[in-house]
Amino acid sequence: MKTVRIANGQGFWGDSVDAPLHLIAGGPIDYLGMDYLAEVTLSIMMRQKLKNPAAGYATDFIDFIRRALPQLVEKNIRVVTNAGGLNPKACRAKIFEVARELGISGFKVGVVEGDDLLGRLPDLLARGHALANMDSGAALAPLASQVTSANAYIGARPVAEALSGGALIVLCGRVTDTALALGPLVHEFGWAADDWNRLAAGTICGHILECGAQATGGNFTRWWEVPELWKVGYPIAEVEASGSFVVTKHPGTGGMVTVDTVSEQLVYEMGDPKSYITPDVTADFTSIRLAQEGVDRVRVSGITGRPKTPFLKISASYLDGYKAAGQVTVSGPRAIEKARLAAEIVWKRLERAGVTFAAEDRMTELLGVSGVLPGILAAPDDPPEVVLRLAVRGADRAKVDRFGKEIAPLVTAGPPGVTGFAGGRPKAQEVVAYWPALLAREEIETTLEVSVEAI
Amino acid sequence: MAVQAKVIVPLSRLAHARSGDKGDASNVGLVAYSPAFYDVLVREVTVERVARHFSAICLGEVERFEVPNLLALNFLLHDALGGGGTASLLTDAQGKTHGQGMLEMEIEVPGDLL
Repeated sequence: MKTVRIANGQGFWGDSVDAPLHLIAGGPIDYLGMDYLAEVTLSIMMRQKLKNPAAGYATDFIDFIRRALPQLVEKNIRVVTNAGGLNPKACRAKIFEVARELGISGFKVGVVEGDDLLGRLPDLLARGHALANMDSGAALAPLASQVTSANAYIGARPVAEALSGGALIVLCGRVTDTALALGPLVHEFGWAADDWNRLAAGTICGHILECGAQATGGNFTRWWEVPELWKVGYPIAEVEASGSFVVTKHPGTGGMVTVDTVSEQLVYEMGDPKSYITPDVTADFTSIRLAQEGVDRVRVSGITGRPKTPFLKISASYLDGYKAAGQVTVSGPRAIEKARLAAEIVWKRLERAGVTFAAEDRMTELLGVSGVLPGILAAPDDPPEVVLRLAVRGADRAKVDRFGKEIAPLVTAGPPGVTGFAGGRPKAQEVVAYWPALLAREEIETTLEVSVEAI
Repeated sequence: MAVQAKVIVPLSRLAHARSGDKGDASNVGLVAYSPAFYDVLVREVTVERVARHFSAICLGEVERFEVPNLLALNFLLHDALGGGGTASLLTDAQGKTHGQGMLEMEIEVPGDLL
């Protein structure tokens, strides 16, 4: 029976740079998914591309290619990634440049384009697409001039097309995380576009894999039971044509794959479990059956799905003012009282300087005394130390920067025992806010382009 | 007939959890260790109870979904991330700690259940 082995070596941009190398070296895999795009990453890439037309993709991916390309070619391990960002063709050119440096040729790289809607936004709005915010219901038009990126989530079909064209590496922009797994499965098994149950199975497979080590013992509630988390093996799915699959990891790695670790990843970032909507299918999480089939082997089966919706999700971002945060450590005795006094000093000095912030635009957190879970975990009455963290936001950059200058004086002009002020004054940073919306899928699917080139 | 004594335990005796962000809401998935424990969760860990537990964190509505095949309840805590994502001033702008916080909830269970 044919089994396709799909691994995930990168759960987000900033994840372990060595994990994908260990997946390649640690045992057999057929496909390697690599996720680099968070919700607002594309906005940062847009800024980079405006400055430099050859930029706008995940540069970490090039570092990975430099280390991994010889083995990828030798073992024919195919990589599917969203690292292409806003400029997958420039990313491909860079990969070919690296290949020439390494003296490697005889492989193909596919590019999927058509998800970038920024240039089409005025036309879409003019033709009556409201692109209303999925959370608030607000219309996008009033913010149109502040929008810094707008991309549609693309599904598995174009990924499969690039693989069918022989691509060893498939570079996408805003493709769904789940399509990094479903794309290869559609290619390998030829699953039809209306084979909802299998498409749902491949989608849920992608969901289990997409956060890397979170399926194999990372972020697990009973962390004390997880062996050798320091060398945790990233997840691998062994998928059969029926859509049933086993989640596992390479032998000799740390971490663990149990019904409990997989369950936790299944409920991660879940909304309505009956309707997990992707461009390819509506998957039903209430159909999933899990069973421990062996050590570090969990069988996932029984998955059903329903037809895809007429819409694709749009992920836009826009500039929404500035923010800054700074912190100091305050020692005891009476650390809480001293930290509260220090905070009051900062806010009063700013007020005297004419710099005020609305209550919802300024934050005082005492970390070490239930700062992140207020009202839930009991705080000690007189802890040996606390971290005082202050933050502000606002439309006026100068005001936010002025706040940053008021932290350091606490060391000499505040209560005693204030330390840990390092790294310079907090500076105002642009807030790139996220705008989720829906758009009729025909608007995007008719303009998708897949190109495969060889070196 | 003897009346079964009830005991108060933290949810962590009955379930494990994971949390993250879902737009401007945080999502807390709670997974029971057994079908019997799942029945207790369904009965005890109500929307009202969760809203009260997170009253200093969740300023909006609480939604609950049942996932019996995974012995799981999924909660959405709306307006619990200080505006969400990049605009939030909170340390935990993604609700990563909310699962651990959920497991601290104290619930009443029959003494012979554990």
